[in-house]
Amino acid sequence: MKIMEDKMKKVEAIIKPFKLDALKEAFSGLGLHGMTVSEVKGFGRQKGHKEVYRGAEYVVDFIPKVKVEIVANDEQIEQIIETIIEAVKTGKIGDGKIFVLPVETVCRIRTGERDKDAI
Amino acid sequence: MKRLLHLSFIMLGLTALSASPAFAEEPGVAEKVIHLAYSIDTFYFLISGALVMWMAAGFAMLEAGLVRSKNTVEILTKNVALYAIACIMYMFVGYNIMYGGGPNSFIPGFSFLLGPDNAVDDVLKSGGEIYYSGMADFFFQVVFVATAMSIVSGAVAERMKLWTFLLFAIVLTGFIYPVEGYWKWGGGFLDSLGFSDFAGSGVVHLCGASAALAGVLLLGPRKGKYEGGKVKAIPGANLPLATLGTFILWLGWFGFNGGSELIISTIEESNAVSMVFVNTNMAAAGGLVAALLLSQVWFGKADLTMALNGALAGLVAITAEPLTPTPLVATIVGVIGGLLVVPSIVFMDKARIDDPVGAISVHGVVGIWGLIAVAFTNPDGSLAAQLTGIGVIFAWVFGTSFVVWSILKAVMGIRVSEEEELEGVDIGECGLEAYPEFTMKK
Repeated sequence: MKIMEDKMKKVEAIIKPFKLDALKEAFSGLGLHGMTVSEVKGFGRQKGHKEVYRGAEYVVDFIPKVKVEIVANDEQIEQIIETIIEAVKTGKIGDGKIFVLPVETVCRIRTGERDKDAI
Repeated sequence: MKRLLHLSFIMLGLTALSASPAFAEEPGVAEKVIHLAYSIDTFYFLISGALVMWMAAGFAMLEAGLVRSKNTVEILTKNVALYAIACIMYMFVGYNIMYGGGPNSFIPGFSFLLGPDNAVDDVLKSGGEIYYSGMADFFFQVVFVATAMSIVSGAVAERMKLWTFLLFAIVLTGFIYPVEGYWKWGGGFLDSLGFSDFAGSGVVHLCGASAALAGVLLLGPRKGKYEGGKVKAIPGANLPLATLGTFILWLGWFGFNGGSELIISTIEESNAVSMVFVNTNMAAAGGLVAALLLSQVWFGKADLTMALNGALAGLVAITAEPLTPTPLVATIVGVIGGLLVVPSIVFMDKARIDDPVGAISVHGVVGIWGLIAVAFTNPDGSLAAQLTGIGVIFAWVFGTSFVVWSILKAVMGIRVSEEEELEGVDIGECGLEAYPEFTMKK
């Protein structure tokens, strides 16, 4: 079976939106082949926060974040994690999290190439 | 809309002209002067009316900005439709009820459609006593009734049925507003009493707010506004639109107050109109700064929507008397309006009078302040007459509106279903979405 011969992983980082540019800059030296970015909302330890509108309170339950997804070869993963931490860390609550997941296979739609060739 | 019994400046002009031998040789010049003054005053009136018409756009944008996006199309539909209805009803009966005279100072006359405009010979014979086009007068007046009705739409937003609202618009613009208008600007008993309301803090703004209050009381608050006994904020969807709407209203108000001087073709009157422009602008500025500062101090944040309401409060407050105060006093009148509107909005919320845009506070509470302020800023003002005017306008408009809303509620209902309210009245009432390409919803 060809799958998993070349090990790949996906890094998902939830970061503060204003740190996205810094992260993109930091990645430029790593030779990554692509990344996917989406605007997301959620809560972690930071929880929601209260705001006042026209004198009445309301709770913002879900805080806006940016999710960055990168698929890379196994040996690059540690470097990617370090780069992310270095680029986006502020030391304050709400800096976000990084998840690393195994990737079964990758396929480039245009050519049908698989796995390492497709990254 | 001070009904100046026109001091016949043209007559004075004629005397001066005939005394001058150079002009005496040319009898056509005197007539030309009358033609010119008539056209200048008519032109000024038309442009002022066009500025006030633009306030309909201001209300539409302000309200569209302060409701949630799921209720945008419906509030815009209400705003354009109420404007059109106001124009038609006022042409049919409203203008004649308000300005057609009547059997006595309480009961206005009743007739349909507009009469012919001034004949050239009549104007010339009057020596300038008749000084602007009757059609220009109608045009200027009709945009005021639309303003009164625009105030209502914001307060009942996000939950009132579209067609119930529009039926109410017919009654308010055709009958309720013209009757109280007759009592003041049509020469009725409020006018004889010495009640003073230059451009309509009472006749227009308090009227709109009183009708809105009656509607809101019968309608109840929006779902989700009160949960577990607490007031919950429902933030508006588009603050750039609300800000644009406020600036449009601010601009339109120069026509609203400036045009209400009714004449500009002499040096004194040109100065007076200029003073009205300056004072109108200063009061808005004072109201905005006061409300912005108060929200920062009270809530800990500079609430833009309160600042916008503050500017409008300043404008409403100065509308009852924008001519006699100095610019500094006008600023103070606006500042007090701005300081009143913020606690008023908070109080209305606590009293479960849910008014998404703050219309009842801006136009009602501050309208009353503006009318009371006349007693202090105009040497001819009388506090007793002002209070009587406030009481009469509120009682008449609130009372009749309450009856009309109640009848509408019994016959066709005034509130959309709970499901429709949650889904948004855009789809429920209009079958459209303001932003159909957005897939994410909060």
